[in-house]
Amino acid sequence: MRYDLQIVASWIEPGARVLDLGCGQGDLLDYLRGEKDARGMGIEIDGEKVQAGIGRGLSILQGDIGEEIKDYPKDMFDYVILSQTLQQVYDPLALIREMLRVGRMGIVSFPNFSHYRARLQLLFSGVAPTTRELPYQWYDTPNIRVITIRDFTRFCAAGGFTILKSAAIKTYYKEETGEALRLLPNLRASYGVFLLERGDRDRREIESGKSGEKPLF
Amino acid sequence: MSEYTESGAAGSAVGQSPKRFFTFGGRAACGPFSLESGASLAEVTLAYETYGRLSEARDNAVYVAHALTGDSHAAGISPEDQKPGWWESMIGPGKGLDTDKYFVICANVLGGCMGSTGPGSTDPATGKPYGLSFPLVTIGDMVRAQRRLVDHLGVDRLLAVVGGSMGGMQVLEWAVRYPDRVAAAVPLATSARHTALHIAFHEVARQAILADPDWNGGDYYGRANPVHGLAVARMIGHITYLSDEAMRHKFGRKLQDKAEKSFSFDADFQVESYLRHQGQKFVDRFDANSFLYITRAADYFDLAEIHGQGSLAGAMAKAAADFLIVSFTSDWLYPTYQSKELLKALKKNGREASFAEIDAQWGHDAFLLPSPALAELIRGHLDKNLARVRAGKGAGNAL
Repeated sequence: MRYDLQIVASWIEPGARVLDLGCGQGDLLDYLRGEKDARGMGIEIDGEKVQAGIGRGLSILQGDIGEEIKDYPKDMFDYVILSQTLQQVYDPLALIREMLRVGRMGIVSFPNFSHYRARLQLLFSGVAPTTRELPYQWYDTPNIRVITIRDFTRFCAAGGFTILKSAAIKTYYKEETGEALRLLPNLRASYGVFLLERGDRDRREIESGKSGEKPLF
Repeated sequence: MSEYTESGAAGSAVGQSPKRFFTFGGRAACGPFSLESGASLAEVTLAYETYGRLSEARDNAVYVAHALTGDSHAAGISPEDQKPGWWESMIGPGKGLDTDKYFVICANVLGGCMGSTGPGSTDPATGKPYGLSFPLVTIGDMVRAQRRLVDHLGVDRLLAVVGGSMGGMQVLEWAVRYPDRVAAAVPLATSARHTALHIAFHEVARQAILADPDWNGGDYYGRANPVHGLAVARMIGHITYLSDEAMRHKFGRKLQDKAEKSFSFDADFQVESYLRHQGQKFVDRFDANSFLYITRAADYFDLAEIHGQGSLAGAMAKAAADFLIVSFTSDWLYPTYQSKELLKALKKNGREASFAEIDAQWGHDAFLLPSPALAELIRGHLDKNLARVRAGKGAGNAL
């Protein structure tokens, strides 16, 4: 399993109820079922991956994560996971608020665009960076958001989300090994992983059953 | 649906599958079978077949519910006419519904004409065919009768109920009506209610039968049958089971066995010839009155109205089964949004469920045609639920 998913899995309590957004064929769900006795569900838009995932005995819904997450009651899940998909999400604030409504906690991971290799490419060659983690050209990338670890930390503060844990990790794309960094994470990490909880404002809103209060920004 | 249109001489791994009969009610000493309409039937017979073996723990039984014009012969070779079953591609050793692992039951619906009690059956009170004196039956009545059969076969809890189209409605009815008797539910290409469009097509088809002079108020047994009306009813059905794309691929504007148009009302086009052929074939195996009764049962189906006081989420709250809902991209008769309504109702109740939309160009008929994708989905869902049931924990849809 990918190293960033191993970090995600290590944060999940045994027996937890998990929703994996953009679960692919369900590698993480399968792992959590086997190793953590977790009961999980996934949402995935690619029909062939959905088929393979259900074929291996997982519960998966085919559809768009932003749409399909909406109908669940609050606190249905212990963890809602958004793994390496945030950079493709049209409305990240709405999605993360929804994640923290249907789940007690959310786990978000994304490739760190401020990795030094990307910075050096932009600085010295003057072209949009391409790396192993972000191999696309500007004209064919599915990634519509440029996110760095520092940006995301600020976003959580402004959006009122509580960061319970975070990890800056150095790993190669799709590799199974890596290391967690403490020194200069925003410069050296290829991925950021965050464990979030709803902040006070969202807690009040969700628990009172009211919604519609404007986001902070 | 187009059961048997694809049947060939291909062998069947299930082997010979004789039709069996189970009778309950009056003479069988458990009283008449009361129906949702308030009427009752003195005696009910269901024709059924089974494939595979019931395990010692009786935990591997799968009920397959057939669609509008299907029957109990879902798989294997019929000893009567040597035909393979209507879901031969799905049921058998190593197939999606693996008969090496599962015990599969399929019965002709109540109101049918393939061995189960229906309007063509003899009314014990008169010794004559029921005809229109046969009471209207509902999807709920069909499922209640099926439950008696499942009891008779010694199965307390079905591992799964699987079915497409009207079979899918029976799946929903089973799951909501008997939540403790169904571990997994697999409704395919179906809907929680019959919509105005569904009812409209059925009404036109019924009118074709009613307008046939040979129908004679439903009293035609032993005489000329309303074959023309029934054939037209079937032709209408076949149009709705295909898709624009499927029709263009299959027929286009091609002419049938001729180079020039005839400048008459003969079947010039292949599509006309196809529909006429389907209509003709159908009248040989189907009873016109059964067609009227079964289409009416489907029209009356509305899960929310019957079980949820108008709320689909309320109805689905009663279901405890783990659902796998499947729709097909080109199915405009039971489009994906109708499957998604079911899914939404489950989600609102905080239930676990799977949903897949299969890419298929054949329209509504896709659920009956060989599909490795559908086989993989069903296999995975059943295996998951069998493992859960056998582990004795967490079966059902509660997360």
